[in-house]
Amino acid sequence: MSAEPNVIIPVAPLAVAPAARRQQSGLARAFRNPSVIIGGLVILIMIALGAAAPWLGTINPTEPHTSGRNKLPGAETTMRDDDGKPIKVIYRLGSDNLGRDVYSRVLYGARISILVGITVAITSVFAGLVIGLFSGYIRWLDPIVMRLMDGLMAIPAILLAIALVSLFRAGIGAVILAITIPEIPRVVRLVRSVVLSVREEPYVEAAITTGTPMLKLLWRHILPNTIAPMIVQGTFICASAILVEAILSFLGIGIPPETPTWGNVMAAGKDVFYLFPHNIFYPGIMLALTVLAVNMLGDGLRDTLDPKLAKRV
Amino acid sequence: MIAFIVRRLFATIPVMLVVAVFVFLMLRLTPSDPAAIIAGDNATAEQVADIRSKLGLNEPILTQFFIWISKILRGDLGESFFFKKTVAELISDRIEPTLSLSFFTILLAVIVAVPLGVLAAKRHGSWVDRIVMGFSVLGFSVPVFVIGYSLIYVFASELRWFPTTGYKRLHDGIGPWAYYLVLPTITLSVVYIALIARMTRTSMLEVLSEDYVRTARAKGQIERKVLFRHALRNAAVPIVTVIGLGIALLIGGVVVTESVYSIPGLGRLTVEAVLARDFPVIQAVILMFSFVYVLINLLVDLVYSVLDPRIRY
Repeated sequence: MSAEPNVIIPVAPLAVAPAARRQQSGLARAFRNPSVIIGGLVILIMIALGAAAPWLGTINPTEPHTSGRNKLPGAETTMRDDDGKPIKVIYRLGSDNLGRDVYSRVLYGARISILVGITVAITSVFAGLVIGLFSGYIRWLDPIVMRLMDGLMAIPAILLAIALVSLFRAGIGAVILAITIPEIPRVVRLVRSVVLSVREEPYVEAAITTGTPMLKLLWRHILPNTIAPMIVQGTFICASAILVEAILSFLGIGIPPETPTWGNVMAAGKDVFYLFPHNIFYPGIMLALTVLAVNMLGDGLRDTLDPKLAKRV
Repeated sequence: MIAFIVRRLFATIPVMLVVAVFVFLMLRLTPSDPAAIIAGDNATAEQVADIRSKLGLNEPILTQFFIWISKILRGDLGESFFFKKTVAELISDRIEPTLSLSFFTILLAVIVAVPLGVLAAKRHGSWVDRIVMGFSVLGFSVPVFVIGYSLIYVFASELRWFPTTGYKRLHDGIGPWAYYLVLPTITLSVVYIALIARMTRTSMLEVLSEDYVRTARAKGQIERKVLFRHALRNAAVPIVTVIGLGIALLIGGVVVTESVYSIPGLGRLTVEAVLARDFPVIQAVILMFSFVYVLINLLVDLVYSVLDPRIRY
């Protein structure tokens, strides 16, 4: 009985890197979690719909057609193609007050929502990580940063985003920035709390004693502990960013109205809502479905990757 | 206790100061000249210069800040560029609808959400629990305006039980006032109910496994009293906390709900001000909402010691 791998294996990784091992098993568990699977699947479908929009029988989502205003779903209209030949087009999900095809606008709208959600999640997590790591580790910096974050958090998030949007010229970059900034303090607080608890651990103290430079210490010993909570937090930020983008567009202060976004489709339809509810319902269903899927993914990831957080919330 | 209140009041000063500095800098940090933004694209150089001196933009920035903050503290919120009224007048015109809507929403949310959460915790793992949790995830995912328009479509447009949009002032009679607020209140409370129900369930689950709950049951206390007198009181602190923190969500929701139902409140005013780039109004509204949010959470801190006599300051 010389070869007993099942006895040796659990010992070795435990001695080297306990954090890395826990993560591995967490990821494996995450992919078996039903809400991760369902949520992830719906998100993939939305990404595919957005990416494949030009080939799914859509027409130009920004071009108005005066002859086809406010048509109900299924209505047929004649348009001219690039050569001027008349072609028949069916408004599968109806048309809006300028005769733009709601079906096309909704499919193209998936692109913007997902782009905004993912960009905001990545940038706010990255910014929050950098600020939180240094703030949690450098003692004199901590109170200054935290008072700043407290102040930013005292302004309700949507209100802060609305205020920021008013400062820039309307555009997708401005909207992303305006949604990102209110999310940063929440990430900073979370990262800082992880740093504060980890820096008392014996292995961090050992690293300090052996003279590890600060940047290396943060990178090698502290940062890995923040990865799981950051993935979870990033997912929830993505969900809320998609919602806030739709709200800003719906209020008419977000992405310019001709751009196909779900919020813009609903904004265009709100005045004729009683007669043509399709303008609100189809993008609304897509939006709700997407946000629900991202939230489910977040819940599943939280339960599997970060059980400590699961207990706290 | 008094000493604690005073101490906590002082602790809000740095937070509000950060908010004030941010709100002040908001206009000064724009990539372009704030006077030019306010004047609009067609303004002459003289008009821009006039606005510059009116805003005091020619003074050093620190002087500008102290002049601005001392005016605010004296209750002078400036003059609206767009509405040709003082900001204070505008706010007092618009505050009644927002206060009414918020009051009913908080009331409805607490009355519905707390029993739901208690029930879900008592029947942990049953179908009741699943429905409550499912509703809560759904409540976070469906945007406020989609809920609003769906309710209008069903209960106002089709069934004609309620008016579609609009607001009746309180001095026109309590009946019409409350009647017009039914649908907006339900719309706005969905996300708040989701939040509170979820926290109530989590908090109750923790408490229900405590010894004193078992003791209460063992002595033959009826179940309703066990749940609401023994368990809920001990589970109350996190619930009250989340009610306070949820005010931020509520303020964001007010902006959207007032737009959907054409309610002439502060939320609608914020959107109108952003569309018109009416910066004095935007600044005042942000300051005010943030101040209310901070004050409510201060109040929540004070309620802790009432709810749980073990907490002494």
